[in-house]
Amino acid sequence: MKVRHSRILRTAGDMLLPLLLLFSLFLLLRGHDLPGGGFIAGLVASAALALYIFSRDMRSARQVLGTDPRSLLGVGLIIAILSGVPGLLAGDAFLTSEWYTVPLPGGREFTLGTPIIFDIGVYLVVIGAVMTIVLSLAEAEERPWKR
Amino acid sequence: MLSAVLAGFVVAACAPWLAARLGARTGWVLAVLPLALTLYFASFLPRIAAGESMLFQYAWIPGLDIRLGFLLDGLSLLFALLISGIGTLIVIYAGGYLAGQRDLGRFYLFLLSFMASMLGLVLSDNLITLFVFWELTSITSFLLIGFNHEDKTARASALQGLFVTVGGGLALLAGFVLLAQAGGSYDLSMLLSQGEAVRGDALYLPLLLLLLLGAFTKSAQAPFHFWLPNAMAAPTPVSAYLHSATMVKAGVYLLARLQPVVGGTMEWFWLVSLTGALTLLVGGVLALRATGMKRVLAYSTVMALGTLTLLAGIGTPAAATALVTFLLAHSLYKGALFLCAGIIDHEAGVRDLREMGGLRRAMPWTATASIIAALSLAGVMPLFGFIAKEALFEAAVQAPELGTLLTVVAAVGAMFAVAVAGLVAVRPWFGVQATTPRTPHEAPPALLLGPLLLAALGLLFGLWPGLAEHGLLAAAASAVHGAEVVPALALWHGFNLPLLLSVAGLLLGLLLYVQWARVQALLQRLPLERYGAERAYEALMTWMVDVAAWQTRLLQSGYLRRYIFITLATLLLVSGYALATRYPVWPALDISDLRFHELVIALVIVLAGLAAVKARDRLAAVAALGAAGFGVALLYVIFSAPDVGITQVLVETLTVILLVLVLFRLPGYVNTSRGVIHVRDALMGVAVGGLMTWLLLEARNVKLFPSISGYFIEQSVPGGHGHNIVNVILVDFRALDTLGEIFVLGLAAVGVYAMLKLRAEDRR
Repeated sequence: MKVRHSRILRTAGDMLLPLLLLFSLFLLLRGHDLPGGGFIAGLVASAALALYIFSRDMRSARQVLGTDPRSLLGVGLIIAILSGVPGLLAGDAFLTSEWYTVPLPGGREFTLGTPIIFDIGVYLVVIGAVMTIVLSLAEAEERPWKR
Repeated sequence: MLSAVLAGFVVAACAPWLAARLGARTGWVLAVLPLALTLYFASFLPRIAAGESMLFQYAWIPGLDIRLGFLLDGLSLLFALLISGIGTLIVIYAGGYLAGQRDLGRFYLFLLSFMASMLGLVLSDNLITLFVFWELTSITSFLLIGFNHEDKTARASALQGLFVTVGGGLALLAGFVLLAQAGGSYDLSMLLSQGEAVRGDALYLPLLLLLLLGAFTKSAQAPFHFWLPNAMAAPTPVSAYLHSATMVKAGVYLLARLQPVVGGTMEWFWLVSLTGALTLLVGGVLALRATGMKRVLAYSTVMALGTLTLLAGIGTPAAATALVTFLLAHSLYKGALFLCAGIIDHEAGVRDLREMGGLRRAMPWTATASIIAALSLAGVMPLFGFIAKEALFEAAVQAPELGTLLTVVAAVGAMFAVAVAGLVAVRPWFGVQATTPRTPHEAPPALLLGPLLLAALGLLFGLWPGLAEHGLLAAAASAVHGAEVVPALALWHGFNLPLLLSVAGLLLGLLLYVQWARVQALLQRLPLERYGAERAYEALMTWMVDVAAWQTRLLQSGYLRRYIFITLATLLLVSGYALATRYPVWPALDISDLRFHELVIALVIVLAGLAAVKARDRLAAVAALGAAGFGVALLYVIFSAPDVGITQVLVETLTVILLVLVLFRLPGYVNTSRGVIHVRDALMGVAVGGLMTWLLLEARNVKLFPSISGYFIEQSVPGGHGHNIVNVILVDFRALDTLGEIFVLGLAAVGVYAMLKLRAEDRR
């Protein structure tokens, strides 16, 4: 995509990207108790990356992603499936949630469960899927179809 | 037992790796597996011969009470031994036959997978498991016929075999479902005692027809016989193994297996025995018409399959005995003959019978094996084939009906068999030495072992029929008949009708052989290429492609607007009809608690929708739709569903981004439609909108089940450890649903990727 590099857009994109990605992680982690969750967080992260495509270009967006979005998709699906295995191991049905309590110093406790792992899988799948579509569309545009 | 069946698949998976390391010795090493299986199955012989039948069951999905069962009785043991025993010889033979082939590993992968599938087929107790293995044999057969995939005819033949057998398999599956409905179980061990109920079922005839269709296509019965000779495009070890000794007998196995359940009626007798008789005659005539050695053998296999079907149809104890005896004899001699044909092709380079002659001096051992096997095929005393033929005549003579007709057919078949035996075992070996493309020489041990051993077994069982009878055939015949059968196999039965028929068949067959050149020329004039069964198959295929093209033209116009119109029209008609008949009164709407800001949002949404319709360019339309979407998101937030609201906002944002990416490439707005079309589309839009409104209003009042929301709200914190109920539902309570959804999401993304990338690459 030929982006006529607007300085304002580029500066804003550079600053917004890390903030939005952090925000998406925040949404992901708090999702179990407050509005948020893997799906929403994944959409926020994807929107942030899409913005980055507009403000910079596709190669930069790919660099931020660090890998092909399709791998992200696959890894996310595998994580989601694996999060169901502890339930199986405990003798329950597949995907039954299991909760573990981790004692923290200072007498506090921290509960950790398989649903958050599942949610991370969802998060990655959403980013992977949306970015696969966005990048394919954007790249298809770079090589205009000849009729 | 489970590991015996599955071992083949495991070793098959290792075969390519082994073949790459062992090279020419692969065959000898891999043969250890079928040999071990043969010994394992042979260890059951004493108990099965004593009349036992064994059921091995393994829990598969205990929650649904689905078991994996294997039934071992006389019939399945006979088949299991043939599969693993002949399999051993074939694996060794193939090592020599395909020595130096680049794809040897792939070949063994397919061959051993086939062997394991075939074992699973004959041992399965459960009908569904049997069906799965049945289809697996079709698929592995397809892969093996098409092994020389660079050859166009091999590919076409492979497809033909697949279509015919898998088409029949579809009928078989339906037949199995009906059978299980009628008999009350999917397990053969249960069904075998439910014959009465099945035969009395109201759907008995369709059930029978479906089962027979499956069995007949697999066992190449007329008019489905044409795929089998074409399957000879496969390498010779495959023809000997799959398309003669084992896979094509799967249909016969099914007939024999189900005979106690669905057999014994008039319908069964007429359909099965007459199809068998027809196949026998068709196979015999076509065998004499062909000139390629493998084709002649293939048609004579069709003939043998017809004989077996005929015997399954008769259904008397004598027929059950003849069936298992003929089955064993045929597997022995036909396997040997195919392997000898392969040797001639391999060492001398000829395939056409008319170009062979005088090869016995160059390959004495092959000639010996071939002649012994052919004598068995011709049914000459004292070979096992003779005993099988006598048993066949005996059964035909004693048939409850049509005795004369069936006897005549059997005798004609015997005559054809003698002529075929002469063609494949006199012509190549005797007479003037023909010049062959390669200097003929004796085959290496790997190639000779199979035919010699099979031919020797045919002689051994002929001299001591009791060996085969008491060992296995009595138990197998009892399993076929469903009650104890005491066969009396012997070389000498005294002077009787069967013996007379044997002698007459032998003499007439010899005459036919002597006059073969003339007979062949005469038969060649039959216009089978234009009116045969294969032509019908091709016409059917062409017709199918034409229908597909026609309905694609009809339904797949390629215009998105037309798809949307059809989809909406269907929705309107179907849902509208259901709604109008059940809830004809427009539900009352109470708007007294409507607040001002809600009204404003609703108005904004409506206005945005109108703006989208009236927009003059795409960007404006997208923006207007976005406004409508944000309005909806606001409504979600107001009605305390923040998660859904946030999601809606984000989806709207991303949709706009995606649309913008696409918009660049679309041509500008052009108004191509006329006013009438506008009115039609507007009416459709209003109607669908009205329908959805009606549906939603009605849905509020209808409660088919008590709401589950209460449970979710109650259990969210104690059960799900979370305060955000929406999220707890998504990742915990209904996590499996979510898992399915993210898979769909992934698939959609991959689909878009494939469409854009592949298409872009296509165009370049």
